[in-house]
Amino acid sequence: MPHDHHDHLSPSGHPYRPDDDHPLTYWQQMEIAIRELLIEKGVTTAAEINAQIDAMDSRSPANGAAVVARAWTDPAFRDALLADASVASRDMGFDIGPMKLIAVENTADVHNVIVCTLCSCYPRNLLGLPPDWYKSRAYRSRTVKEPRKVLAEFGVNLPDTTTVRVHDSTADMRYIVIPARPAGTDDWSPDALARLVTRDSMIGTGIAKAPESV
Amino acid sequence: MAKQEFIRVRRDMPPGHVRTPAYLRGKTGWIERTLGPFPNPEQLAYGHQAQSLPLMRVRFTMAEVWGADAPYPDDTIDAEIYAHWLEPAEPPNAP
Repeated sequence: MPHDHHDHLSPSGHPYRPDDDHPLTYWQQMEIAIRELLIEKGVTTAAEINAQIDAMDSRSPANGAAVVARAWTDPAFRDALLADASVASRDMGFDIGPMKLIAVENTADVHNVIVCTLCSCYPRNLLGLPPDWYKSRAYRSRTVKEPRKVLAEFGVNLPDTTTVRVHDSTADMRYIVIPARPAGTDDWSPDALARLVTRDSMIGTGIAKAPESV
Repeated sequence: MAKQEFIRVRRDMPPGHVRTPAYLRGKTGWIERTLGPFPNPEQLAYGHQAQSLPLMRVRFTMAEVWGADAPYPDDTIDAEIYAHWLEPAEPPNAP
């Protein structure tokens, strides 16, 4: 019998990991119950819910990267973005719904990083869903207490001359960081520059990629 | 920073849906910018008629929030705090 001796190993020779299937949690059951009730009562339809899920899934950090690249290349847009990021993003053509957005700019002297200590507020309507670590208790609690240690763990080591500004997204606003534009990109087009802008650089846990990396 | 108007977050610990982080209650900062008005989430969360309130972005130093021995005392934390949580204050560490 082929499985007699190596039940605990996969054909690749690695141990099997246990399935992580588990019964629905309380809140998963509540979500299903409320969704089904809203459909039964005619408040919404399954098609509307699917359309909303599709709209959210279609949003990605590429939207934010385009906004950042334009801010790097268009001084009037940069000023508008810093004055009211919701209006500037909408004017650029992004459907961000009712989201109220603030853009904060990294400079030679200031590094910004975004966290939501109370829950997981994130500019989903522009950048899509947040990374799992953004919602973790460790990230949420440590970023306000020891931001430079957290940033160092992400590979961002800042000199003592840089001021770190942590933004705790506690209420109605959402935040995007405009990372510093990499040196040596003076003649780059906005489309090319956008490829240097990572999701993490717009949270503040990363910096824009080096030009030679793309 | 000398000319700033300082404000303190109330030290209260009321029950319910409160969006004022506990770690900032009792701390003194200054207003970075004023936003809103927005409906009070403490009423909105329970389906009550919600009062419209100014929302302040308040900036705190690490020294104020975590103590003078914070490794980078001049780094800052900004948070959005509803106006009814704020009261006038003297500058932190005033002689």
